[in-house]
Amino acid sequence: MADQRPDPDALLEKVQRAEAKRRRGRLKIFFGASAGVGKTFGMLLAARERRAEGLDVVAGYVETHKRAETEQLLEGLEVLPLRTVEYQNTTLREFDLDAALKRHPALILVDELAHTNAPDSRHAKRWQDVEELLDAGIDVYTAINVQHIESLNDVISQITGIPVWETVPDAVLEEATEIELIDLPPDELLQRLKEGKVYLPQQAERAAKNFFRKGNLIALRELALRRTADRVDAQMRDYRDDHAIQNVWQVKERLLVCIGPGGTAENLVRAAYRLAQLLRAEWVVVYIETAKLQRLSRQQRDDILRALKLAEELGAETATLSGYKLAEEVIAYARTRNATRIVLGKPTRPEWKRWLFGSLVDTIIRQARDIDIHVVGKESNILSQSRESPYFSRSRLYLGLASEEQQPMFKWRAGYLWAFVATAINTGISWVIFEHFDLANLIMVYLLGVVVVAARYGRGPSVLSSFLGVVAFDFFFVPPRFSFAVSDSQYLITFAVMLLVALVISGMTVSTRHQARIAGHRERRIASLFALSRELAATRGEENILRIAVKHVAEVFEAQAVVLLPNETGRIVYPTGEGEPQSCHGGDLSVAQWVYDHAQMAGQGTDTLPGGDMVYLPLQASSGMIGVLALLPLNPARIALPEQQRLLETFVSQIALALERVKLAAETQRAQLKMETEQLRNTLLSAISHDLRTPLAAIVGASSSLLRDSDKLDAHARHELGQSIYEEAIRMAGLANNLLDMARLEAGAVVLNRQWQPLEEVVGGALAGMNSRMANYPVNVRLPSDLPLVEIDSLMIERVFANLLENAVKYTPSGTAIEISAATDQTQLLVTVSDCGPGIPAGEEERIFEKFHRVVNEGNQGGAGLGLTICRAIVEAHGGRMWANNQPSGGAAFHFALPLSEPPSIEHEEAIQS
Amino acid sequence: MSNSATIIVVEDEAQIRRFLRTTLASEGYQVVEAETGKQGLAEAATRKPDLVILDLGLPDMDGVEVVRGIRAWSSVPVIILSARSQESDKISALDAGADDYLVKPFGVGELLARIRVALRHFSGAHGDAEGVFTVDELTVDMLHRKVTLGAAEIHLTPIEYRLLSVLVKHAGKVLTHQLLLKEVWGPNYVERAHYLRIYMGTLRHKLEKDPARPRFLLTEVGVGYRLAAI
Repeated sequence: MADQRPDPDALLEKVQRAEAKRRRGRLKIFFGASAGVGKTFGMLLAARERRAEGLDVVAGYVETHKRAETEQLLEGLEVLPLRTVEYQNTTLREFDLDAALKRHPALILVDELAHTNAPDSRHAKRWQDVEELLDAGIDVYTAINVQHIESLNDVISQITGIPVWETVPDAVLEEATEIELIDLPPDELLQRLKEGKVYLPQQAERAAKNFFRKGNLIALRELALRRTADRVDAQMRDYRDDHAIQNVWQVKERLLVCIGPGGTAENLVRAAYRLAQLLRAEWVVVYIETAKLQRLSRQQRDDILRALKLAEELGAETATLSGYKLAEEVIAYARTRNATRIVLGKPTRPEWKRWLFGSLVDTIIRQARDIDIHVVGKESNILSQSRESPYFSRSRLYLGLASEEQQPMFKWRAGYLWAFVATAINTGISWVIFEHFDLANLIMVYLLGVVVVAARYGRGPSVLSSFLGVVAFDFFFVPPRFSFAVSDSQYLITFAVMLLVALVISGMTVSTRHQARIAGHRERRIASLFALSRELAATRGEENILRIAVKHVAEVFEAQAVVLLPNETGRIVYPTGEGEPQSCHGGDLSVAQWVYDHAQMAGQGTDTLPGGDMVYLPLQASSGMIGVLALLPLNPARIALPEQQRLLETFVSQIALALERVKLAAETQRAQLKMETEQLRNTLLSAISHDLRTPLAAIVGASSSLLRDSDKLDAHARHELGQSIYEEAIRMAGLANNLLDMARLEAGAVVLNRQWQPLEEVVGGALAGMNSRMANYPVNVRLPSDLPLVEIDSLMIERVFANLLENAVKYTPSGTAIEISAATDQTQLLVTVSDCGPGIPAGEEERIFEKFHRVVNEGNQGGAGLGLTICRAIVEAHGGRMWANNQPSGGAAFHFALPLSEPPSIEHEEAIQS
Repeated sequence: MSNSATIIVVEDEAQIRRFLRTTLASEGYQVVEAETGKQGLAEAATRKPDLVILDLGLPDMDGVEVVRGIRAWSSVPVIILSARSQESDKISALDAGADDYLVKPFGVGELLARIRVALRHFSGAHGDAEGVFTVDELTVDMLHRKVTLGAAEIHLTPIEYRLLSVLVKHAGKVLTHQLLLKEVWGPNYVERAHYLRIYMGTLRHKLEKDPARPRFLLTEVGVGYRLAAI
């Protein structure tokens, strides 16, 4: 019975959905067939009940239409003041979203879900305000009529004959926690209308004539009931899934909807949506561009764009494909996407054409044997009547559709001119070879001309040149020459075939040209994405990633761009770094903040805050929000296109991932650093405790002995003890100095005080400091007399010498020599300090520079193992390097190289004195 | 010179004061202790000291300010005690007129030597532009502008001589780079420390047996130079 158990993944998903729902506010929709059925009334009644139960209820926006009964119900409820907006000399009163969020009641009433907000509002539509309220965890009661539901919009327009512009996506209804149908039989509604309970008398009369016809009301009521029933059905199915009454839906249906020109695209999308809902299927809407379809009119192209956008809004995935043969392309795509059904529009070609050339539908039905085909009929189309918006008129360029039309006028004319010129040239060539060749060969010359014109100037000119070619051929070469008359009637066939061949060739050449252009377009897009990924992958550092991101986004989307990142407290702030030439300035931080908080797009061309010029995209990575990409597109419509948007999304996710990578790397580094610090601290503690305790023990012992037994001690013993105290104290002082130096070097607190120094003086300083301890070690200083000045921090380099000398004293037997030598080459000064001691144990040459590292058999030589680490840090801070080895003659040698540069000039003595 | 000189010790650390007091008293000096800068200034004004030992890390005021306060009315020698992390303060104090410095921790021998040099300098050697300066086999005859090393007369360029004569005038005292540059080359040259270093190098090559381990022209790394006085 394993089959009967729900799929764990599906269950998990369900639990997560339920979790998300719990955190979100609950949405209850009062749903009705038309105005006047009593939705607001019902909503208010319910709200009063909630309030009676002790819930914090606020009326955010309630439209009473001055109905007395309704207004009565509103009494006693807290009503949120409305926001007044001045727009084109009228005062609009709008729901105040921010006030509602601030007030944060448990339940808020927001009437008229389908309302379109005033232009300056945060969201274009009220349902988006409601979404935000729900996100904030506030329960919402709202009301809507069936005609405002997106997917039913066209059906209702057909029934009532009145187009409805304000629509609400079906998803909002589907996500509602509860839908309450407010039902009223049409007769009663009409009665109410007559009594003036719905509209004021004058309005009522007009309404009754247009909208409130009984037939309409019955149809609307049926739709509302059906829609509610669908939802109940869905709930039932959910319930069954939960309780494993049936298998959890595992085999998903996928619809492939193929739209084309002809004005039915939107209907097709809506119909497909309803089908997809019914089947609970995923759906993909494709538009297949062929060379022929590129020559569509502006109107038809806009219809397609609009249909694609609608499909996205209804939750479909969209794609634009290009291909040579529609049917093959559709079936191939259906197979790659594992589509189970293909939805097509009914063929619009006349019957005789279908019979002669076949149709897309017939071909697909024939070829796709295993895929179900749905053919949707054409419906009368109120909605898609020319709704030419600036959005579409600006957006054609993209898709690669509008190439022909976008050509400047002069080029267009030049094409036709060239058709004449090409014909003239062909005639010239033919004239030359006429004497030697057969007439048939001259035709070839003309056809060549047609191909050239077609490839360069497109269809029109090539057709013209086809005709011109035939005419010129006839006039100049076919006997009788220099006349259009034809002596032999068989030439008529020649002309006809020549024309036909020329036209076919021109058509094919033009098609090829378009294909190449589309392919080029796609390739550029992919190449741009590839370029971005490659550069991002090769980049380290947030700064650089931001720079590359802005550069690429600017190039590909013709926009100025900027990446806004949050500070530690999660507030979006302006970037501190220097901008790029393509950076845009003056983004609205509050919008960016909203985008960051809600992980949704906003700005121009979106539904949220569409007022400004900029588009804000969330940079979201696997670990959460990273920041916001703000764009100022030169051509906003380009950004809004589905294809382009997907490319932009890919860009955005690439950028987000790159930023996340940097962030994670930094975090890892921090963690590692912390670990290392921890480890270091432990080593430090043990080293210090050892190196401090030993001298301290000696000091305490010796000094207490001096204090206690001073009478018993002879002068020699007292001197011995005093000497011991002194030496141990000096040792501790050395340790303290090293620790201090190390701490300062590591903290980066050391600012080098670089000055031009003779090395000799620094060596001298170090030797003078070591004087007392070096008494038993002869030191050979061998510095060339022409040693140039070096730009160093003398105190620091003196520390290097002092540490090296100290090591030499520590590790070599008394009386052996120590040598300090220096040499220069072109670029560096090489200094060596060598001794005649036992040398460095094999394999330790590098490790001795590590912090707290000590040569194994060091015994109680003292020192925390910091000296060489400090030396190397100092040399490296000077841009040099340091290493150690053993000399061939025995003994250790420590080398360091410092970069040389041109020392400053010095005036001659005479010049100064004068 | 008897050791009955009065020394004011301005130092906030009790243990250091204790050790200085014991040591200096055993050497026969009169020791006056001050815990703060203000107190130190007050003692210096009333006690007419022969020397001031001043710690740079005082709780109430900047050691450099104390030096300036003293220098406003007195040329009494001031020896500074500084910690290793106070390099720049030390130089400021020397520029402000302090005579010498010791870096903690220091030995008694070192301290007493510095005190002797400072006291001798103060009691008459300074400002002796006409006298003859001698240390070991080096002799500088300021009157005749003659420098001899043992029996040999050393020829110096005018600037080298000027540099040497400034050092001779303040023999035993630490002279900062800035002070030397100003005295020898003039105020426009105070930023060009490499002039000083180059001339000091040539001077050493002329006067010292082993220029890397000078006997007379001592380097105070990061601070300046000092002419050995004994």
